[in-house]
Amino acid sequence: MEELLSQYETVNLSAVKIWFKAGSIKDFPSNRGGCIKYKNKQIAIFNFERRNEWYACQNACPHKMEMVLSRGMTGSTDGIPKIACPMHKKTFSLVDGSNLNGDDFKIATYPVKIEGNEVFVGFLE
Amino acid sequence: MINVIVVGNGMVGYKFCEKFISKSGQENYQITVFGEEPRRAYDRVHLSEYFAGKTADDLSLSTTSWYEDNNIILNTSELITDINREQKTIHTHLEKTYEYDYLVLATGSAAFVPPIDGVEKEGVFVYRTIEDLDAIMAYAKKIKANGATEAAVLGGGLLGLEAAKAVRDLGLNPHVVEFAPRLMPRQLDKGASDMLQSKIEELNIGIHLNKATQYIAGEESIKGMMFADDELLNVNMLVISAGIKPRDELGRVSGLEVGVRGGIVVNNKMQTSDPNIFAIGEVALYNQMIYGLVAPGYEMADVAAEQILKGDKTMRDTIDMSTQLKLIGVEVASFGDPFIENEDVTAIVYENKFSGIYKRINVTKDGKTLLGGILVGDSSDYNGLFQIYANAMALPPNPEDLILGSRGGKVSTLGSASDLPDTAVICSCENVTKGAICCSILDGTANTFGDVVKLTKATSGCGGCKPMVADLVKAAQKSIGKEVKESICEHFNYTRQELFDLVKINKYTNYYEVIDHHGNGDGCEICKPVVASIFSSIYNDTANKHITTQDTNDRYLANIQRNGTYSVVPRIAGGEITPEKLIVIGEVAKQFDLYTKITGAQRVDLFGAQLNDLPKIWKVLIDNGFESGHAYGKSLRAVKSCVGNTWCRYGMDDSTTFAIELENRYRGIRSPHKLKGGVSACIRECAEARGKDFGVIAVEGGWNLYICGNGGANPKHAVLLAEQINKETVFKYMDRFLMYYIRTAGPLVRTSTWLEKLDGGLDYLKEVIIHDRIGICETLEAEMEKLVGTFECEWKQVLEKPRLLKRFSHFVNTDEKDDNIAFVPLREQKMPRPW
Repeated sequence: MEELLSQYETVNLSAVKIWFKAGSIKDFPSNRGGCIKYKNKQIAIFNFERRNEWYACQNACPHKMEMVLSRGMTGSTDGIPKIACPMHKKTFSLVDGSNLNGDDFKIATYPVKIEGNEVFVGFLE
Repeated sequence: MINVIVVGNGMVGYKFCEKFISKSGQENYQITVFGEEPRRAYDRVHLSEYFAGKTADDLSLSTTSWYEDNNIILNTSELITDINREQKTIHTHLEKTYEYDYLVLATGSAAFVPPIDGVEKEGVFVYRTIEDLDAIMAYAKKIKANGATEAAVLGGGLLGLEAAKAVRDLGLNPHVVEFAPRLMPRQLDKGASDMLQSKIEELNIGIHLNKATQYIAGEESIKGMMFADDELLNVNMLVISAGIKPRDELGRVSGLEVGVRGGIVVNNKMQTSDPNIFAIGEVALYNQMIYGLVAPGYEMADVAAEQILKGDKTMRDTIDMSTQLKLIGVEVASFGDPFIENEDVTAIVYENKFSGIYKRINVTKDGKTLLGGILVGDSSDYNGLFQIYANAMALPPNPEDLILGSRGGKVSTLGSASDLPDTAVICSCENVTKGAICCSILDGTANTFGDVVKLTKATSGCGGCKPMVADLVKAAQKSIGKEVKESICEHFNYTRQELFDLVKINKYTNYYEVIDHHGNGDGCEICKPVVASIFSSIYNDTANKHITTQDTNDRYLANIQRNGTYSVVPRIAGGEITPEKLIVIGEVAKQFDLYTKITGAQRVDLFGAQLNDLPKIWKVLIDNGFESGHAYGKSLRAVKSCVGNTWCRYGMDDSTTFAIELENRYRGIRSPHKLKGGVSACIRECAEARGKDFGVIAVEGGWNLYICGNGGANPKHAVLLAEQINKETVFKYMDRFLMYYIRTAGPLVRTSTWLEKLDGGLDYLKEVIIHDRIGICETLEAEMEKLVGTFECEWKQVLEKPRLLKRFSHFVNTDEKDDNIAFVPLREQKMPRPW
């Protein structure tokens, strides 16, 4: 379990070494998530169409390590875009990955950029 | 189709469209609007706010899509040049011809420019349209750059003073020039004008009364104004705001009757001398008057719309010219007849030069009736006084109390808005009564001030009635005990019940419409499923229609289990199943390596299905006659039955058939929480019907119906609703009970908790759904009837529509399955690895 989680670490925009093409915009449903596979990682990508914003985070729920975050519901708390885990409804900030219901678990987030019609996620390697 | 052409796209032309499309029978009419200005109708009343930073869009009364959505054709920048009344056509400056059945002239008015020598000089403007304002702004900038600071406004009426404020906002020193001996000569008496003048002069605005302008001085451009008393006022810009002139050209060229001083003559149906042509607003001459206020224009629009649609509404004989304004920061109001003076009338005047307040009321000698009045400097009493005047309400023993206010600790003599009769018109621009405002709150169609505004349009005209509407809304809310709100989440300040009504009344069909109109932010995992559930309860929309806002189980039409796999539960109504179907379930489980279990509700649950496999599993099940069991939904799960008198030696009736009938009647219907039922054929109660949301037990002489029980963390026995009733009555009461619960329960509130919270409890519930105490049974039944029989298997929908299948792949960029899932063995089957 530990090793599964240790694969996921927040990547800051300035540190991005590789922009991975995740797919085209139309592959991702609007206002909800889609999951992509990159090497051995599962990354959830959210097309927050209502805000005209994109976010990415680890697909694993940090609580029980199940690959489900992309199937959760997007929303906001006090204007912070968030994802609710479909398992136990813990909610996480899509901006910095913090747990909005407490401090026990956190998720890793990744930069997303859109070029033309294509969606790219930033990784360190 | 009957063609209605509206010429003119100002406030009144727009209001005509708005009124027209809100009326019944309008479906058979096509409205086409022509406006000569390049933009959509805008709020001319608040035009001077354009100088204070508002954009043309801010002032716009509607959106482009509003016209499209309401099937109205809008042609801007197109001027009508002629009407052919015999052929019923109009001709435009683009050389186009259009046919009409009814023509509505809402051409409004233009600024009246007095015939003064030199008005054509550069730097002289009128104050009427956004284009005029743009030109004034540009010119002001130009003269300021050359060091000029003085500008004049010709006309000391309402609009003139507005224009003076606008000129000041542009950074120039305004001078108001008025021909009459006082300001706002149509609304104010000498005392009021004096008070207003001193207030305005304090703001460094020059006031020049009794001034007849002889000519405009200057070569090419204006340098000054020469008055008849040989005084010269040096100014570099002049804004003329000296009144209005009806735009009656079309009436004249087509031979309609026009007044001596202009305006197209109309009767009280707003018909011109040609019965197929109507005139409304400032072009219409009604009772030999042109009404330059928006409220009468709106009423005329309403009358014309009614008349075209064969209604019988007509224009009132007397039109109220009361106004309340804030001019250059000074409050000014006049109502009724402000000037009336004769032996039957006493004018009571209060004047306070120190604080700059002037108030006058005209009261009949007997002290019983208020005829009119004027307020300058403080118009806070306007709404109260206007209501007393408009409703001919009784006056206090000392009428002067009305303007002297509370002396000696007395409470306001104007009383509160609540004392007004229901017929009192609170918003005269939109003609909204107190009754309409309060009613919308009391009957639940509106919950907040904002709702009332949306629903009734009150306050959306001049806005003067805002405080009063707010008071009424508050009072009405209070009267129904609405202080504590159980709002759903931070995005909606409403309860589920309120949202239910909002959705139903406004006929919303998608979540974002609801949050845009009544919520804020982006929504969340709490409010999204609530709204999705409401859509399902009202329209019987399946979960497929609202994928984005459904909670995870509804989104994937299966129950998510511990390791992120799903379970599959086909419907087995009443627990009755053929051997063939049992075999199919077994085959499917084997094929997809699923764990199987008989559930507590007499069904077979298939566990451990991966997201990608769900459609394949359901394909086999549906091909073999199964349908979705909605085990994932907040909806009816199952109706459990015992063996019944078909096999059981004790059974008193056929419980299995009844259970199947109940389950099939209510299958697929979404509710605030999941629902279960049970039917037992005798009091041995093998179906455990009294542990369910509804339970039916066969007894001597019929069925006993129990409601609001449940298992779960806080088990509750169901309580008896009715005894010894027949099947038909069970269905009737069930329809009413379920619909009442669906409409009024909070999100995720079980029937048992709902009943506990219900004021008056079971006795009240019996009154409502058995004795129809509040007269809603017919509605409840009708609403349920709409849902019954429109069941659609959501899985069948998915399999028929490939685009709906897309959501069932784990990855977007590969067809692989989730490789993180692992199982361990358990009693010859399997289970997820432990957490």
